[in-house]
Amino acid sequence: MNSQLDTRIGAAKAEGRAALIAYLPVGYPDVPTSIEAMVAAVEGGADVVEIGVPYSDPGMDGPTIQEAVDVAVRAGVGMADVLSAVSAVAAAGAVPVVMSYWNPIERYGVERFATDLAAAGGAGAITPDLIPDEAGAWLAASDAAGLDRVFLVAPSSTDARLAMTLAACRGFVYAASTMGVTGTRSTVGDTAQALVTRTREVAPDLAVCVGLGVSDGDQAAEVAGFADGVIVGSAYVRQLLDGHGPAGVRALSEDLAAGVRRR
Amino acid sequence: MTTTAPVPPSDASLSRPRPEWPDATGHFGPYGGRFVPEALIAALDELSEAYEAMRVDPAFLVEFERLHRDYTGRPSPITEVPRFAEHCGGARVLLKREDLNHTGSHKINNVLGQALLTKRIGKKRVIAETGAGQHGVATATAAALMGLECTVYMGEEDTRRQALNVARMRLLGAEVIPVTTGSRTLKDAINEAFRDWVTNVETTNYVFGTVAGPHPFPAMVRDFQRVIGDEARAQLLAREGRLPDAVLACVGGGSNAIGIFTAFVPDADVRLVGLEAGGDGVETGRHASSITGGDPGVLHGARSYLLQDAHGQTVESHSISAGLDYPGVGPEHSYLHDMGRAEYRPVTDSQAMEAFALLCRTEGIIPAIESAHALAGAITLGKEMGPDALLLVNLSGRGDKDVETASAWFGLAEHTAPTDGDERAVEEGRGGEPGPPLGDADHTTVQDGDAL
Ligand SMILES: Cc1ncc(COP(=O)(O)O)c(C=O)c1O
Repeated sequence: MNSQLDTRIGAAKAEGRAALIAYLPVGYPDVPTSIEAMVAAVEGGADVVEIGVPYSDPGMDGPTIQEAVDVAVRAGVGMADVLSAVSAVAAAGAVPVVMSYWNPIERYGVERFATDLAAAGGAGAITPDLIPDEAGAWLAASDAAGLDRVFLVAPSSTDARLAMTLAACRGFVYAASTMGVTGTRSTVGDTAQALVTRTREVAPDLAVCVGLGVSDGDQAAEVAGFADGVIVGSAYVRQLLDGHGPAGVRALSEDLAAGVRRR
Repeated sequence: MTTTAPVPPSDASLSRPRPEWPDATGHFGPYGGRFVPEALIAALDELSEAYEAMRVDPAFLVEFERLHRDYTGRPSPITEVPRFAEHCGGARVLLKREDLNHTGSHKINNVLGQALLTKRIGKKRVIAETGAGQHGVATATAAALMGLECTVYMGEEDTRRQALNVARMRLLGAEVIPVTTGSRTLKDAINEAFRDWVTNVETTNYVFGTVAGPHPFPAMVRDFQRVIGDEARAQLLAREGRLPDAVLACVGGGSNAIGIFTAFVPDADVRLVGLEAGGDGVETGRHASSITGGDPGVLHGARSYLLQDAHGQTVESHSISAGLDYPGVGPEHSYLHDMGRAEYRPVTDSQAMEAFALLCRTEGIIPAIESAHALAGAITLGKEMGPDALLLVNLSGRGDKDVETASAWFGLAEHTAPTDGDERAVEEGRGGEPGPPLGDADHTTVQDGDAL
């Protein structure tokens, strides 16, 4: 199956660098500005944009992302806005991938979500609270619509779970670099590198991207030294929370994009 | 000389046959399961395995029974409440007195089991979420007893509503962290506790307070709480020579209800009735009746009924009772509901407070406001079922923690005279308006022969 994410991350690899994957939630500070910020992230050098679906109970996110997402939830931002963001990111030339907790997708309708996402030009979805064990409906719908699906692996995943999860992924696998929730940290940690090594042993052809904790170009360079993609979330959101707007997002992207090329 | 290891009683709750559900991966029909980040799966697997080994370990069973008896004060008695029952259409009402447990509610039953499990897996720190504070107090108590470090997450809104319990937890040596995200109630406290757990999973065990959350919590907490119904069933057979016609319990997450229901599930003639918090009334949208007023979705790690909007966002719940003020419910209740084995009904704030006052006046028992929802259910169901019906009500907790809320509702304290402009009474009453004072002519059920 032709995978947008695999193709794009593969192209970065061919250039001898890691891909830059930017996370931003739809609807902070409002829908149009959040989409402008995503486009700015692409202009600054992001290869892939993780388009966050606002959710009332984001159990895996730290205070930075939750603060922004709360605003979007209160404003009633929903899947229609998310699909507009997907189209805008695709038009800007990056690969759009939706990042969503499971309930908003289930509520929208799993098959309907897959169909509409594919029609909007989306690559697929990252589902942080959905493990393949519970993903029957999503595996079928993403196959039918030709979408990528990204599950997470963690340092605590057993070998058996790692193999099962990697077999279910398409596009890339998301390696949670430290045990914990999203949020910027000063060091990314060796556990990330060990986890990447383990996933490569099991699934050498699947791209592995590392997230949770990268905040600047230097850290991006460090992660780019061992991963196929560098995922940055809270640091982008911080730009918006601190009032730097899409311009701040573009500047951060430039710093990070230089980082993933530095190695 | 021969010494024999203590032998657990052959009728220990945990040794009884369990319902056929959940399946090995924690599914109750379409409900339950695990909707959590992969980072927690190893810890949940560890808990599942350790729990399955522990529940058949005679040494654990002996210790658990000993704590129930010597620490909690089990078995809890059955009290018949005839003066209260005069308001229940002639039905007889028997209370299962979980309010008399050490720490004042059923929550201790579960916490002692999970604290022993924590020690068994070698962890030194426990975390817990709490709404009314009863689960937090119970966890802080067990942590003090077993020398574990304890952190309790509690919505900031609830720390105000249940200030007494915050002080109790701190006296017991626990750290109480007020949660200021989202709606600042139980659901947000659960989010924060999960965040703590993901981050500190190597040193920390999450002592979950109800039959919700990811597998194995719904099944494990049920097993720890089923002692309520196992005892009650035997107590009723001994004193009445028969089973009750209906068993009633309030439903927040659903642990006291599952606790009393489980023993009776195979008794097809016994009606199982869960009373959900109806707040201002389900039709107003300001309630916490997940089954009556919600629909299936995923929240806090499991699929079950929940209150959600068109986008799948969790809707804030409303109830005068902090312990029932939760927009979700345990997956086993969703399953029992769908298969028609249990029925779920809403009880409004004012119905609950009326029943609260009635039990105080007629029987000298101050119930938890949570439990007052079950009492209100008995008033309605008794009238429906008519004379001779035998109702068993789980009195899940005592009302000491609720005295301030009740004073404000009824306008009892000197400083909360129930004038329209009384801000404090309005705030504590939570329905926007304080309820009428006891003795108000509208509350004839309370007044019947029970003048202030
Ligand atoms: C006395 C009492 N009853 C009931 C509940 C509701 O919980 P559950 O539905 O799990 O029994 C609580 C929760 O705090 C409680 O304190």
